[in-house]
Amino acid sequence: MCLAIPMEIVKIKGDTAMARADGLEREVDVRFLKDVKKGDFVVIHAGFAIEKIDKKNAEETIKLYKEMKR
Amino acid sequence: MKYVDEFRDKGLIKNVAEKIKEAVNPKKSYRFMEVCGTHTMSIARFGLKHLLPPNVKMLSGPGCPVCVTPTSFIDKAIAYAGLKDTIIATFGDMVKVPGSTYSLQEVRAETGNIKVVYSTLDALKLASRNPGKRIVFLGVGFETTAPTIAAAIMEAKSKGVDNFFVLSGHKVMPPALKALVKDKDPRIDGFILPAHVSAIIGARPYAFISERYGISNVIAGFEPLDIMQGIYMLIKQIEDGDPRVDIQYNRVVRAGGNKVAQNILKRVFDSVDAEWRGLGVIRASGLRIKREFSRIDAEKNFKTKSRTVSRTGTGAEINLPRVRDAADKGCICGKVLKGLSEPKDCKLFGKGCTPEHPIGACMVSSEGTCSAWYLHL
Repeated sequence: MCLAIPMEIVKIKGDTAMARADGLEREVDVRFLKDVKKGDFVVIHAGFAIEKIDKKNAEETIKLYKEMKR
Repeated sequence: MKYVDEFRDKGLIKNVAEKIKEAVNPKKSYRFMEVCGTHTMSIARFGLKHLLPPNVKMLSGPGCPVCVTPTSFIDKAIAYAGLKDTIIATFGDMVKVPGSTYSLQEVRAETGNIKVVYSTLDALKLASRNPGKRIVFLGVGFETTAPTIAAAIMEAKSKGVDNFFVLSGHKVMPPALKALVKDKDPRIDGFILPAHVSAIIGARPYAFISERYGISNVIAGFEPLDIMQGIYMLIKQIEDGDPRVDIQYNRVVRAGGNKVAQNILKRVFDSVDAEWRGLGVIRASGLRIKREFSRIDAEKNFKTKSRTVSRTGTGAEINLPRVRDAADKGCICGKVLKGLSEPKDCKLFGKGCTPEHPIGACMVSSEGTCSAWYLHL
């Protein structure tokens, strides 16, 4: 029940934004986020963006996994 | 980057599995609990248990909101559904959960006034579109979901939507974890802590687990690679003799959590003792709607009473059935939720109790441990 889906913000007006993932767009509420803007990736839970995705940390995590190769 | 597929890469998952094998001490056993039902589901779906060494055991915890919602909450919702001009709005996960006598799904076939919504804001729109009806939203979920309900409550008040009500069955995670570690049975060496609960509350509310009880913790994402790395980090903490709270899921979780959401929670809810199916009543583990918002609190506006059905003034008295728990039928969901038993230990598992015909809550929710075992193991 605590699943949240990564989506990209494509349009934003006040607390309401359009977000996209896998070619699908839906309206989401961004009132929990400060300074969210077009192009940001966020995680969506029950219609609300609950946090922004930190791109740098995500890339570093993947890099770390790749370096784990023996 | 899409932030999903990259974290399901089989080659990378195998790399982490190798690292785990190298890191474990073969003379020791490691017992880890994944607290959240979404983790349980992911572990089952991606077959992660098969990638772990035999001395690393994963136990499932109580972090499935639908599973820990007590029968009495469902009974109350069903009683509300029986009232005139009343519509129950709920997340889809709740409709199959058995109450004492019926589930909401069974009642829906009869009354047609139970609507599944995706978001609380949809429930609020339902209220605006149906001015002659009372909309009761079933507020279930942990800290991930509770801010979204709090936001709807604030909006209903500010916009003066006077036919929108919330029955709050919300729960918070840290007191339940405290109850588990205080119990000392089962033995738990480390926790894989919830991903999105932690996105809201951050890492600090879990500090007592390592500081007071010496148990290791990692906040891990829900993708298989996240979980495997979380397990690896737990083993490292144990082998280094340094229990703490690490954040593996640092692409989303900040140490301090989401302050805006935390403030909205504090604005709308007070903490209250709450009943968890299987765990009993846990001190300060629930969220009650503050008095300021009592116009929206279903419990303040709809009075419940046993046996008789009658209407009084603006509120209504409703009939609650005798509580007959699934435990009466031999269901061991309570033990499963505490990590004391596994689904295979239950005589009903896969026989009288299946996802199509669930008896206990652990089989109802797709994230329940029994359902995850039945579908994927």
